[in-house]
Amino acid sequence: MNAIGRHRGLARIWAGEPGLRGVFSAVSHTDIGKRFIIASAIFFAIAGVLAMLIRAQLATSHSAFVGPEAYAQIFTMHGSIMMFLFAIPMLEGVAIYLLPKLLGSRDLAFPRLTALGWWCYLFGGSIMVGSLLVGLAPNAGWFLYPPLSGPEYTPGVNSDVWLLGVTFVEISAMCAAIEIVVTILKFRAKGMRLDRMPIYAWYILATAGMMIFGFPPLILGSILLEIERAFGWPFFDPELGGSPLLWQHLFWLFGHPEVYIIFLPAAGAISTIIPVMARTKLIGYGAIVASVMALAFLSFGLWVHHMFTTGIPHMALGFFSAASVLVAIPTSIQIFAWLGTLWAGRPKLELPMLYLLGFFFVFILGGLTGVMLAIVPFNQQAHDTAFVTAHLHYVLAGGFVFPMLAAAYYWMPHVTGRLRVMRIGEAAFWLIFIGFNITFFGMHLTGLLGMPRRVYTYPAEAGWDWLNLVSSIGGFLQAFGFALFALDIALQAWLGRPARRNPWGAGTLEWTMMTPPPAYNFASLPEVECREPLGARGTLAADLARGEGLLAAPRNGWRETLAVDIASGKPDHVAILPGPSLLPVAAAASFGGFFAMMLLSLYWIAPLFLVAVTVVIWLWASTNGSREPVGPLEIGDGTTVPSHYEAQGTVGYWGSVFALCASGTLFGSLIFGFAYLWTVAPHWPPQTGLDAPLFETGLIVAGALAAAIFVRLALPRTGNGEGRLYLAIAGMGLTLLVLASLPVLRLPAPTDHAFGAVSTTLVAYGLFHAMVATLILAFMMVRKRQGFVAHGRPQEMRVATLWVDYAAGTAIVVALVLVLAAWGV
Amino acid sequence: MDPAGPSAAAIADLWWWMLAGSVLLSGLVFVILFLAFRRAGRAERSDAPSEKLWLGWLGLAMPVVVLLALLTYALHLGGRILPGPDAPDLTVEVTAYNWGWSFRYPDGRVSERVLHIPADAKIDLVISATDVIHSFWVPRLAGKMDAIPGHVNELRIEADRPGTFAGVCAEYCGIGHVDHDFQVIAHDGESWQDFLENRE
Ligand SMILES: [Cu+2]
Repeated sequence: MNAIGRHRGLARIWAGEPGLRGVFSAVSHTDIGKRFIIASAIFFAIAGVLAMLIRAQLATSHSAFVGPEAYAQIFTMHGSIMMFLFAIPMLEGVAIYLLPKLLGSRDLAFPRLTALGWWCYLFGGSIMVGSLLVGLAPNAGWFLYPPLSGPEYTPGVNSDVWLLGVTFVEISAMCAAIEIVVTILKFRAKGMRLDRMPIYAWYILATAGMMIFGFPPLILGSILLEIERAFGWPFFDPELGGSPLLWQHLFWLFGHPEVYIIFLPAAGAISTIIPVMARTKLIGYGAIVASVMALAFLSFGLWVHHMFTTGIPHMALGFFSAASVLVAIPTSIQIFAWLGTLWAGRPKLELPMLYLLGFFFVFILGGLTGVMLAIVPFNQQAHDTAFVTAHLHYVLAGGFVFPMLAAAYYWMPHVTGRLRVMRIGEAAFWLIFIGFNITFFGMHLTGLLGMPRRVYTYPAEAGWDWLNLVSSIGGFLQAFGFALFALDIALQAWLGRPARRNPWGAGTLEWTMMTPPPAYNFASLPEVECREPLGARGTLAADLARGEGLLAAPRNGWRETLAVDIASGKPDHVAILPGPSLLPVAAAASFGGFFAMMLLSLYWIAPLFLVAVTVVIWLWASTNGSREPVGPLEIGDGTTVPSHYEAQGTVGYWGSVFALCASGTLFGSLIFGFAYLWTVAPHWPPQTGLDAPLFETGLIVAGALAAAIFVRLALPRTGNGEGRLYLAIAGMGLTLLVLASLPVLRLPAPTDHAFGAVSTTLVAYGLFHAMVATLILAFMMVRKRQGFVAHGRPQEMRVATLWVDYAAGTAIVVALVLVLAAWGV
Repeated sequence: MDPAGPSAAAIADLWWWMLAGSVLLSGLVFVILFLAFRRAGRAERSDAPSEKLWLGWLGLAMPVVVLLALLTYALHLGGRILPGPDAPDLTVEVTAYNWGWSFRYPDGRVSERVLHIPADAKIDLVISATDVIHSFWVPRLAGKMDAIPGHVNELRIEADRPGTFAGVCAEYCGIGHVDHDFQVIAHDGESWQDFLENRE
């Protein structure tokens, strides 16, 4: 087969569906990645317009043209959109687009999950922006502190829009995070050991891992606050044993890692681009990987530094202050690795490099003011002033926007296959760079002069007029710069001359494919012996096109890609990926129906949509698997490996592992909340206690153990384990029923005191997983009868065992926590 | 900044030190960048980059030293600002609400939106709120402290001269936030006696 024939064959297999249907059924990571990038750029523009309104409002002390209510919505939405609808989706989009191409894979691990994430993001973002148009947008600041955001002080739907919209978008982020981690671990080129991965993959691995552990606290907080608003369960109400500080802990448990979640992918792009611009290799690969991991780890110890003024004890303050300062070290190691690389190479001032110089300038200043803010006494002075606003814009624009602009220019020839048209990019850079510094440099001073954040006007006597006017002028300069950048990108996409392949002379795999990239990425999959395979072998692109790599021959119309052993990168099995599907958009629409009903307070209709979600997921799972044995497959290097139907440790298994990690983090945060309220909130212990539910606990433990044991016994009996599967279902069903009886028969009313509210929520959590496990066991029964679970194909049973074990474990923990709580009262 | 109390003055000192350090460090980075690009245009170089120099000394050792010094200084300072073991000269209960401030003195009197204190004395404030979260901040006297419903926080302030100091709410608390301000009047000995005897 020649290169043209191979291209035709693969293109037919990997093509999306035509027309309108194709818009909704697309699953290709290249398409979805581009959609994420474009949508988040649009949200950036919307948030930018809001910023312009803020600057127009504050330009002088008497220019107020909106009142305090509209202003509150504007600044709340500016922050919320930038954080949740621009920064996170943008980094996800870039990772979704780039990762398989950098790793030598044909797609991500779960193509339909990519699409689900996209639709959840689009629907959730639309709800939030739509609320702005009708004047009901969130208005309590982007971190939504209760009681201000609670039912009493924000009776309208404003806070609900935020809680539901952001949670919807977070579902999208969780999908992306799980998918990214599994892809990096399993879908790599043959021979790409962990220490041969492109540095960007390490950054994204750390980022996605942080998302898996960092987002659940916020999701939990949002659920609790929404329940408080909808049903009056007093989690955050100090009159009834709640505490507003619980929200702050949950929010910043997410919010601090969030800063690094945004910074690390950008730093990954920097580490990729700088060596190419300097025409050399990155120095200190190992040190950088170590500092990225250290940063990811440390960032979870820092959340309290956003709460220095909430009356935390001095010693704790000292500890968190030290930890906050400590993160400067891994950051500094990376910065000097980049400087050293530039020093060692022969850097050329190409356009991406120009934007990276902007990054250095802005980010260094932001980082230094960050160290200042980590120092407690200074923080107490500068907290919640324009100084903090200036600092966070320096960090986020320096640490994310400038690197992303550089990345845009660096990878545009890859996305479009074209070169840029005129030197508009330089003009855009200077407008953005100068405008940015004019806007925000002065705000440090305005803050030190005492101007607080979030005021819609200020007295003329305060003397802040001229600084604010300068900031506003700078803001509008920036806006022109971004408009020019958008124009430049559009011109490049439409009018640019075709670029030759690999225009920057890079060494990584994404430049071995045609540009713009074909749907299948690689005509044949590369084998890798170093970190820069293309740099080591200049002819690699042509060799792969000729079919000298792996999985070169189209087979059975399958979408094949290689899955490798996690550490060594040895071929493990061939993954056959699903094609276009309408299931993701159906699932997202069902979720959307649920969120919309919650928003309209139609609480009795909302669960119907969750039933719809369940049905869609059932159908989704039904499309997997194979009824017939597939047998070993040739991969093209003379060896054979099994297909994923008959392999162990498939992406489905790892996906479940990380999904359960995320759920476990949410569960852990809930237990933390229980302990926190118990020890810190006023009005504890509660008036009405709880008799220890010992009898129920016995039943729960028995049912849970039975389920875990019998699902194991059914596992090897792939022929006729049905009886054992029935027993597993009976055990899980018993656990489920007993858990469901607890709120009715035992627990105090959830509306009277936070004790009842939290314990009922704990039971609801256990109940949720027991229901999921029961459904999965029922599904296994069907799959067994249909022949999908059979001898040699036990993979689905392994995944089911994972979920049953988790449900059993959490049910037991929930019961024990209740017993302890009963004794404690 | 125009500090009028020992705490705010100490913070101002800290700020000038940190500013000087920041200027030096960022200057170093910018000079390296500039030289790297200047070098690029000149003759061939054979020296391999020294990871020990770039990562070990510049990347690791330098920030460790700088940050340790800063932390020691700041912890020491932080201990001085918080209410110490020495008893305060006066304790006032501060309650924030939408949108006002009330100050309750040991003798049971309450003043609205104006906090009266004697100058040159250690004052402990016991701060809480009745509705949403606010934050007590008098920029010229001390750092801020949140007023949180259901929780009680303490803050020590001290004015080293008589005068009137503006205070604001530093946590967004709803549409009246912008006007949620108050005044601190530090009295000299005589007028403090007048205040105590309720003659003002
Ligand atoms: Cu206030």
